[in-house]
Amino acid sequence: MSLKPFKSIGIGVAYSPNLKANLFEAARLSVFFGSKLYLIHVGDNSEKKINMLSIILKSFEKDNLDYEVVFKSGDPVDVILSTSEEKKIDLLILGAVQRERILKYYVGSIARKITRQAKCSILLLIKPSVKRLPCKHIVVNGLKDPKTEQTITSAFYVAKQLKSNKITIVEEIEQDEVHVKVDDDKSLRRANIAKERIKLRENSRVKEIISHIPEAYTKNITIKLQPIFGKRGYSIGHYAQISRADLLIMNGPSKMTFWDRLFPHDIEHILTELPTDVLILQ
Amino acid sequence: MSPSKNNIKDFFKTLPKNIFSGFVVSLIALPLGLGLAMASDAPPIAGIIAAIVGGVIVSILGGSHVTIVGPGNGLVGVLLVAITTLGIETAYVAIMCSGVLLLLLGFFRMGALADFFPSSAIQGMLAAIGLIILGKQFHIMLAHKIKRADTVDYLLEIPYTINDAVHYENKGLIFAALAGILSLAIMLFYSKIRNKYLQLIPAPMWIVILSIGFSYYFELGLHEPNPIAPEYMISGIPNIQEIIADLPTPNFSGIWSFSFWGSVLALTLIASIESLLSIKAVDKLDPEKRRSNVNRDLKALGLATIGSGLLGGLNVVTVIARSSVNVNQGATNRSANFFHALFLVFFIVFFSTQLTRIPLPALMSILVYTGYKLASPKVITKIFSIGKEQLIIFFVTLIVTLKIGLITGILMGVLTTFIIHVIINRSFGYGLFIRNLLKPNVLMYKEQGDKDNYYVSVKHFCSFLNYFRLKKHLNAIPEDRDVIVDFSLCNFVDDTVLENINNYQELFAKRSGHFDVVGLDMHDTETKHPFASRRLLPVPNIIKNSLTRRQTSMETLAEDYTLNYNPEKKKEVPFLNNFAFFSTKQINHIYNNLSDKNSDITLFDIEFSEGEFIAKEVIRKTMLHIDLNFVIPEFTLDKEGFLEKVSAFAGFKDIPIENHDDFSNRFYLQGENEAGIAKFFNDDVTHFFESNPYYHVESNGNALLIFGKERLASIKEIKALYDFGKRLKEVIS
Repeated sequence: MSLKPFKSIGIGVAYSPNLKANLFEAARLSVFFGSKLYLIHVGDNSEKKINMLSIILKSFEKDNLDYEVVFKSGDPVDVILSTSEEKKIDLLILGAVQRERILKYYVGSIARKITRQAKCSILLLIKPSVKRLPCKHIVVNGLKDPKTEQTITSAFYVAKQLKSNKITIVEEIEQDEVHVKVDDDKSLRRANIAKERIKLRENSRVKEIISHIPEAYTKNITIKLQPIFGKRGYSIGHYAQISRADLLIMNGPSKMTFWDRLFPHDIEHILTELPTDVLILQ
Repeated sequence: MSPSKNNIKDFFKTLPKNIFSGFVVSLIALPLGLGLAMASDAPPIAGIIAAIVGGVIVSILGGSHVTIVGPGNGLVGVLLVAITTLGIETAYVAIMCSGVLLLLLGFFRMGALADFFPSSAIQGMLAAIGLIILGKQFHIMLAHKIKRADTVDYLLEIPYTINDAVHYENKGLIFAALAGILSLAIMLFYSKIRNKYLQLIPAPMWIVILSIGFSYYFELGLHEPNPIAPEYMISGIPNIQEIIADLPTPNFSGIWSFSFWGSVLALTLIASIESLLSIKAVDKLDPEKRRSNVNRDLKALGLATIGSGLLGGLNVVTVIARSSVNVNQGATNRSANFFHALFLVFFIVFFSTQLTRIPLPALMSILVYTGYKLASPKVITKIFSIGKEQLIIFFVTLIVTLKIGLITGILMGVLTTFIIHVIINRSFGYGLFIRNLLKPNVLMYKEQGDKDNYYVSVKHFCSFLNYFRLKKHLNAIPEDRDVIVDFSLCNFVDDTVLENINNYQELFAKRSGHFDVVGLDMHDTETKHPFASRRLLPVPNIIKNSLTRRQTSMETLAEDYTLNYNPEKKKEVPFLNNFAFFSTKQINHIYNNLSDKNSDITLFDIEFSEGEFIAKEVIRKTMLHIDLNFVIPEFTLDKEGFLEKVSAFAGFKDIPIENHDDFSNRFYLQGENEAGIAKFFNDDVTHFFESNPYYHVESNGNALLIFGKERLASIKEIKALYDFGKRLKEVIS
């Protein structure tokens, strides 16, 4: 189990009003994780552009930020995907779009395509900012899934690097796992007993995972386990929203078929309604 | 769980009670059954057969506890259409088919079906049914039988019938009309007269007894024929031998027509809606606070309907009026339903000839009264008070139901409601509703911590379209627990949901649970009614139209505790500014202010924001502020491991209190003046904190700020918070 998952970080660079904020976030993360930053620009190479980027990133010189600008023209989705494979990028940072007027964020069409196809981890930022906002509370999924152990371990690593002090592990349990249908008092009681049993089982499974993580990463962090009976992928987003989490960490999708897009689940729910910054781990 | 031995013992112990209430209910069921069947143009005995078959089957197989089943008034309209267009033999087949569909609804666990209809549309439909019953039977009540094609014509001709009735020449007709008017008077004034002996027999039975007595008086006393015209007497009550001999032969000839399946669908729809609504209402009345198994009941009703149709009876549904009488008479289990059926058999076997002595107008007056109850002006004023837009839904449903039919009517009601919701929210096209319709927008979990209450958060919108999701979650909570439903992420909540939420509140209150709704205070309404739909405003109104339920509860709480309550927003809050907690936060306003006489202790909801511009987050909490008249050291006290978040205090460390390891372990205490704080936390104060629930407590030198969860508090939590603050003040002063 590797505890340093992000050796290189990539970010798509487009000259938009958000450029500075996006770059600052990416640079800060690279410093925190000690990773190399790749700035991927879709378009031609030019001195002017490189100068501009180096001016923006000047303030990170003292932190020994190691970065490289990659120029490549073509379709944005293809460019970013191919570059991240060439440069072996571990974490790709993407910005989200805010829906007009209301405070709701969703993932734009390019970022969404990248998220679906990328083989590396993805960080979706809803509100990049120049000034650092502390990341205090991280919500991570505790699904029963082979990827979960790695995800939770990485979450503790991220928490350590970002100096977060609270991690909530949400175990989403599908209603179908409770084999009792609630009809009357008797079945309600049985359903609740079944639910308690599942909760205990899930909690002990997650505790087992936590016990495998080096203590250096788990001490000084408030760990909370929250079992939720509800729709996978959606409930955790909803929970992250009401618990005002700063970062939501989830397993990467296993494989996407046409049907998954038609009947959205797991990751797709999160993409339509970003509750907060989301880190999807591969 | 109670052992089953006790159940059997209890069953026999309560048997006499159940037999008695079954008897009283059968007294109502008899005239109502006859009347409802006749109003549907079916043979009068068909209603009784439905009650008997239903009573036996549902009492054995059903899943509810104190309900009574039988022919329902909601079905009169549909049955009338079915019988006149299909003929009675084919109508029996339609009834059986609808029974099969009901059975399937039960098997596929579709008990939630009734939730998909907005309450105003259901009210409109019921009112239309009421008018159909009233319009048709009013003429018979005044001994003026007419036959019209359209139900509206019946209503329009009521004035002419009254005019005709005043000018009757025929003595037989005059007596018939008098019987009808007198019976209507009995129905109207029965509930007003409080007499122990009078109330022993239900009003419909008084009508039956009086009219049979009247007939015997003429026959045996005066030796004259009954003065009421013979065509206005009930005819064709067969005796038991005839019923068995004349089992109807179902006629399958017309079953492939459009009108046949239309009738089947309408019967199923109305039967299920009426039953489900009744079961829900009766569950609230159940003294033993049991929860009915709706799907099992639907299956039993379906089976009973099949049986009833086979024997020549009407649809079997759960009926609210008879069920509530059943509860009032002290019924405790399903056996009451069984005995009500048994007594009906007894009446038919022994008194079937006496029943022919009842004049038709008298019987129909019972139905006129029922119809009036369904469509009374009170219903309209109630709907109007919820909102003007509800009246549109109500009348569209009502008029379309009367003019075209039940299914079209209710569908139009649903459509109108949806259009009105779209207009109210100005969300045309791919807006709020369509985008979020299929999302699982309800989140429920048990809040971890000292009290494990349930927390339910609803996102986007909550209306009749997706209420079933919320309901599914709420139904999974035992009614003796604490529930908090949070609508603050919800842009729109409609009246159907709020009405249902209100039902849950009543149910939880009766079963010693707590059901609180938070996050509706920022929503705007049209009217003051608690069920008025609520829409989240981008810019909240300065003057609120109405108080939410939480606000009215706070108002009553203020009265109970002799506090002053002020729901209005206050922007200037200088007294909060020098608390460390707010040093990084921007206070928007406080509202729902509760304060005691000298305004020493103030409790309020507060809205503040963290961050700025796009990173801005708006947070609402409930807080308690205690003004002290003396100086104490500045400190912050919180649960251990929680406080590192408060960046303003970074650099301070946990101050240990000597001889109180438990306190030091469990609490995180910070402040500059360590010696002063250590002195302030003497034995009394530390014991107080050790033995009370966790709150965040903060002092700014001469005042205390106390708050709990990261959200608005429920009424129960407000009480607890207030009590905590009051006792804390006593301890430290």
